[in-house]
Amino acid sequence: MKFKTNSPLPGFAPALFYTVLYLALIVVIPLSGLFFKTAELGLAQFWDLISGERVTHALMISFATALAAAMINAVFGLIIAWVFVRYDFTGKGLFDAIIDLPFALPTAVAGIALSTLYSGSGWLGNLFNKVGIEIAFTPIGIVIALTFIGLPFVVRSVEPVLRELEKELEEAAASLGANRWQTLYHVVFPTLLPALLSGFALAFARGVGEYGSVIFIAGNVPYVSEVAPLLIVIKLEEYDYAGATAVAAAMLLISFVLLILINALQAWSQRYKASSGNVNAAPDKGFVA
Amino acid sequence: MNPSTQKNSIKVAGHSAISEGKLTRWVLTTIALSFLILFLLLPLFTVFAEALRNGWQTYGKALSDADGLAAIRLTIIASAIAVPLNLIFGVAAAWSIAKFEFRGKVLLTTLIDLPFSVSPVVTGLIFVLMFGASGWAAPLLEDTDIQILFALPGIVLVSIFVTFPFIARELIPLMQEQGSDEEQAALSLGANGWQTFWHVTLPNIRWGLLYGVLLCNARAMGEFGAVSVVSGHIRGETNTLPLHVEILYNEYNFAAAFAMASILASLALVTLAIKAVLEKAHGLKH
Amino acid sequence: MEIQLSGISKQFGQFKALNNVGLNIQSGELLALLGPSGSGKTTLLRIIAGLENADIGSVYFDGVDMANTPLRERQIGFVFQHYALFKHMTLRENVSFGLRVKTRAFRRPAAAIRARADELLKLVQLGGLEDRYPHQLSGGQRQRVALARALAIDPKVLLLDEPFGALDAKVRKELRQWLRDLHQQTGVTTVFVTHDQEEALELADRVVIMQKGEIAQLGSVDQVYEQPASPLVFDFLGDSNIIAAQWRGDVVHVGDSAIGAYPSTANTAVLDEGAVDVYVRPSDLRIADAEQAGIDVVVNSIQRTGPIVRAEVSFAHSTFAQSHSTLRVELPHLHHDVPRFQTGATLRLRLMQFSVFAPQTITPVREQLSAPILIGRERERLAG
Repeated sequence: MKFKTNSPLPGFAPALFYTVLYLALIVVIPLSGLFFKTAELGLAQFWDLISGERVTHALMISFATALAAAMINAVFGLIIAWVFVRYDFTGKGLFDAIIDLPFALPTAVAGIALSTLYSGSGWLGNLFNKVGIEIAFTPIGIVIALTFIGLPFVVRSVEPVLRELEKELEEAAASLGANRWQTLYHVVFPTLLPALLSGFALAFARGVGEYGSVIFIAGNVPYVSEVAPLLIVIKLEEYDYAGATAVAAAMLLISFVLLILINALQAWSQRYKASSGNVNAAPDKGFVA
Repeated sequence: MNPSTQKNSIKVAGHSAISEGKLTRWVLTTIALSFLILFLLLPLFTVFAEALRNGWQTYGKALSDADGLAAIRLTIIASAIAVPLNLIFGVAAAWSIAKFEFRGKVLLTTLIDLPFSVSPVVTGLIFVLMFGASGWAAPLLEDTDIQILFALPGIVLVSIFVTFPFIARELIPLMQEQGSDEEQAALSLGANGWQTFWHVTLPNIRWGLLYGVLLCNARAMGEFGAVSVVSGHIRGETNTLPLHVEILYNEYNFAAAFAMASILASLALVTLAIKAVLEKAHGLKH
Repeated sequence: MEIQLSGISKQFGQFKALNNVGLNIQSGELLALLGPSGSGKTTLLRIIAGLENADIGSVYFDGVDMANTPLRERQIGFVFQHYALFKHMTLRENVSFGLRVKTRAFRRPAAAIRARADELLKLVQLGGLEDRYPHQLSGGQRQRVALARALAIDPKVLLLDEPFGALDAKVRKELRQWLRDLHQQTGVTTVFVTHDQEEALELADRVVIMQKGEIAQLGSVDQVYEQPASPLVFDFLGDSNIIAAQWRGDVVHVGDSAIGAYPSTANTAVLDEGAVDVYVRPSDLRIADAEQAGIDVVVNSIQRTGPIVRAEVSFAHSTFAQSHSTLRVELPHLHHDVPRFQTGATLRLRLMQFSVFAPQTITPVREQLSAPILIGRERERLAG
């Protein structure tokens, strides 16, 4: 037999065969079409297609807002994870369930709700307008939508690590004379950093490609609040397949580079671990909620 | 009272050596909950408030609109095809990855996760590139009447792609944690492969499986970007529920848009509620 | 049923788990596979069961090669180390599982299956708990359910992987006796894996001692205990004192005193007269009568631990090699020798039983520590 395994359990060959076949048909083959199409363009044409001002602006807006939202989420997600793991308060179960809302709520629904809430006549938009801040139809609106989308990635990445953090570590630090903030800064935070970074990376990657929740609140003004995914849709509607492909490829390429950077940062943050590789299982679980 | 004892008792009352002071805890909890209320609860509340702004009657009328019903039907059909397919895939993938050792396992797991990191719009794009008028797979369909783009098959395909990893991702860690001792025991007692799976494996993973299916379903029904690219937006025909919401919203028919949205929001709430119950009752970890 | 293993080898990556192992298991016997962790004993058991496949070699059941018979058709009762009970099934459902999954043609009626499960649960003294779930039981009870479940399919052979490993000492003792009785009742060929020499010696008819993927010795309990084939086997079966000695004529000498006739065991072949190592268990040292040969020692310390009195003694007239070393002596606390073990007393000890092996090359480590006599585990640690 071709797939010889050592396990006495049956069904390995057919299960693996089906898995690989389905994966190839649904994911690998269609996705490779994108790469062939990009390769077909050639470097010069590719550069031509993405160096237009509208495209560069859209890419810049997408990446800048995704980065901003992921940073906001890193800060507040950490606080939320901390509060939910360490403290008790009434309604904790309810709030805990709600954290996963962005995973379950369709993005279009989130989009129209946020748009209504932050528009000039909406409850929050009205409030901000009074102090002179416009949110809807500006990049701030995009950041808000992406914050909504990315929050659970950070919280669900940090939570399991925090839960498994040995209390003895903190007690040891305290017994050695560290005050609370020293303990948190020197002992707790370095332990959480890898998980926080993977949560950040997940939120960021999701934010860059986000479409549904953004287009309603963004107003989609070219050069100002038009995100890259929207530009792809617009180009597709104009049957400009080459242009759409180029923007998509540029998006993937930049995401890829940034994620490698984040990965390197993450590796650095766990340099004290003997073996490299992804020891931290948190992002896996955080992903699917 | 001796001052040193007093000092001690205060320290004990102020909680253990490794907790923050009462004020800090209160401040952090307030920040966390305010953030959740502002960013999650308020938008959710807005959906229902806007849907009911003009009263129940308008709400009912919006829901019974013919195009709306067609959108609901299409959404249900699409996910009724996509979810079972991903379920079979998820079980097969989890069985081979969690219960067996083989080379290329890490690569396989990475590829399964790939759809998570592909923007929904790009997902739509790759199927347009494949099946569009000048698409590279279009010649395959030339002689048939099969229409993929701007029709149900396209919607189903992107729904499968977008929710591809959900069930597998839920099951793999669960099955790995279970190990295969119980399966080996069943086989040693004479059970065949199906009996082992049905009587031993499945009962051990049923709650994780259920949650994976629910999440997969919620995402399939709610997918917007990818479906938007391949659907063609033909009202009453190729509009799914989220697309119909968009159209109504863009026509300034806010009450109807939010009424439709409230169906999807309810679906999300049910998914979350079941998840919370499963976690509490069966210690299912996320 | 008779089981025959021939030329079994198994490798996990770079690790050689089993190296050309051959073994005949007789019908109806109770056989222990004994060895330290990593010795290959569990792998061997799993290969018999069909849970692993050997890289090379064959397994025969009553002369039939099992290579193409999968686990589920081998009709073996396998008791897993951590029991592997089906968590979501009651005890009755667990025990009856093997009967319920038979094809219709071979399946007994539901009522008969139920009756058989209940009967087995009674046999393992769990009558009345049929509707409980595994998590409601203690470790010892779970172990017995696992056994009842394995017995339900009327196995031709019963295989147990560290059956009592996860239980506390008292329960372990009870279950051992109980398993012994059960084996006598059922007469099923039984093989169990253990790293506990006491368990192996108490329970088994024959013991296979495994070391580094090979069989170090196979024999009856008395054989392996009294005539260990190698220093490693001697060491593994209990505490040991090692004394540098001389073999001259037919007599073994420690320093100037003759300590006894050269034991007539299989080890003779590997030895020439001259320097030897004498291996003696602490419990085989007693005070010699005035005219008897023995080793003169000084008592350093005495320690009473319940039923056993332990003494540490050093040589009274020591050669260089012995000058820094001590011996351990163990006596039952009511033994008539006990009162004479007083700190500082000089005594002559006789070796009631001992083994002789070729002297080990003295390693630098041993010299540095100036302790040629190391006891049991310490030695193992240094060797490792």
